[in-house]
Amino acid sequence: MNDILKIVNLEKSYYTKDGEIKAIKDITLDVKKGEIVTIVGTSGCGKSSLLGILANIDKQTSGTYVFYKDDVTIGYMLQNDALFPWLTIYENAILGLKIAKKDSKENKDYVLRLLKNYNLEDFINKYPNELSGGMKQRVALIRTLALKPDILLLDEPFSALDYQSRLAVSKDVFDIIKKENITTILVSHDIAEAVSLSNRVVVLAKRPCFIKNIYDINLPYDDPIVNRKSQEFSILYDKIWKDLDEYVS
Amino acid sequence: MNMSAKQKEFLQKEKRNKIFVHLMQVLIVVIFLISWEVLANKKVLNPFIFSSPSRIVLTIKKLFLEGSLINHILTTLYEIVLAFFIGIASGFLIAILLYEVKTLAKILDPFLTMLNSLPKVALGPIIIIWFGANTKAIIVMALLINLIVSIVNIYNGFLGTDDIKIKLLQSFGASKWQILRYLVIPGSKRTIVTSLKLNISMTLIGVIMGEFLVSKKGIGYLIIYGTQVFNLNVVMAGIVILIILSFLLYEFVSLLEKKLLKDC
Ligand SMILES: Nc1ncnc2c1ncn2[C@@H]1O[C@H](COP(=O)(O)OP(=O)(O)O)[C@@H](O)[C@H]1O
Ligand SMILES: [Mg+2]
Repeated sequence: MNDILKIVNLEKSYYTKDGEIKAIKDITLDVKKGEIVTIVGTSGCGKSSLLGILANIDKQTSGTYVFYKDDVTIGYMLQNDALFPWLTIYENAILGLKIAKKDSKENKDYVLRLLKNYNLEDFINKYPNELSGGMKQRVALIRTLALKPDILLLDEPFSALDYQSRLAVSKDVFDIIKKENITTILVSHDIAEAVSLSNRVVVLAKRPCFIKNIYDINLPYDDPIVNRKSQEFSILYDKIWKDLDEYVS
Repeated sequence: MNMSAKQKEFLQKEKRNKIFVHLMQVLIVVIFLISWEVLANKKVLNPFIFSSPSRIVLTIKKLFLEGSLINHILTTLYEIVLAFFIGIASGFLIAILLYEVKTLAKILDPFLTMLNSLPKVALGPIIIIWFGANTKAIIVMALLINLIVSIVNIYNGFLGTDDIKIKLLQSFGASKWQILRYLVIPGSKRTIVTSLKLNISMTLIGVIMGEFLVSKKGIGYLIIYGTQVFNLNVVMAGIVILIILSFLLYEFVSLLEKKLLKDC
């Protein structure tokens, strides 16, 4: 596998009236094409800051990052589904295309196909409040996939869901990502989610964040939920737990 | 529909209670009107100062037959509608400007607060000197009162926009204009529409105040005129018409609100 993203000595500080907040201190990381990397760390350690920079919404203070592709398209998804309640499911799903002025017939058909593939066909003319949390999450993902992103940045996309739906939805999303074969950086503070869903887990230290440890994950099964019962899962879970624990308190 | 006996009982009780409340409301009005009428006729209340329901009805009828009443009502209504729509439209545009240029909002903040806390009626005489004793002055008076409310309401609605959604649109490469058009404005629809009620009340205050000052025609003028010639029947008639008019306008705006918020 070849790299799609290289992050070198990235730093981020916020300058506020109450002083300087150093959110990210020196992050260097390569991301390979097609892999799922999960970043875990305590809340407030700078994970969202990092994704915001990669999504080109914010600027780093110093350091660089490069995508090994001209005109890279980034798919960004944040905490909770952020669907627009006044738009129908279809209108929500093509919103990104519309904003990016890529709403050609072909691309809209692609969205319809995605909606159909992920069992949302009967809901395209409904409004978000008529859907379950899991369905909304799938719509949000399709809205992002509509732009055919080269890399997906998911910032705790399941944090608004209760535990049960969270398991199911994260499996859904994982299956979609695998099927569409999209490089993904997932941010989570749930160790079990991180270990079961990804190829690599990056553990960040408490603020200002730097990379404390990187774990390669090789779990025996294809299903993230089944994998949670494996021996390898428990071992990794404990290691990461200890990493994070040292920095709590 | 299947309903348990207890649920039925509950609904019936609710309904009975509602009917009772309405009955009491009507009763209060009726008792008030009858005592007013009786006390005025028995000269316990001086009818010259306090008028009476029957005298008010007769006055309204007389004014109506003379043909001047419809004119006064239409004048006031015209001013209200004009000031209402100008207020909303310019409030909307100014709120957009403040939202887009946050520094301008900061610069203007103390002035808006000052203007908001100033009793606008104090500016009345100056407005008449600047704009003349005409409809223009009345509209300006009403705008002084309803515009700040519109701006503040709509601007606060804009500020309530979900940050996560803004970031999402930015990640799609949205321009400022697109963020406004696709998110900020439609997302504030509810706040804007619900502020219409407050707006119509403010507009009414402004228009009547303007008519008091300009004193040419309109219901405000009718009331002032009645006071000047010490005909309290005319004053009371003006007030009654104003009560009915404001009630109807409020109901109209409520209806408009319901219609606009149907799909929200
Ligand atoms: N716009 C901002 N202005 C000032 N401080 C910020 C801003 N955004 C984040 N921070 C601070 O930076 C730190 C990292 O925040 P964030 O990246 O959101 O952490 P995480 O996503 O890991 O919870 C926190 O202490 C937060 O308070
Ligand atoms: Mg975060």
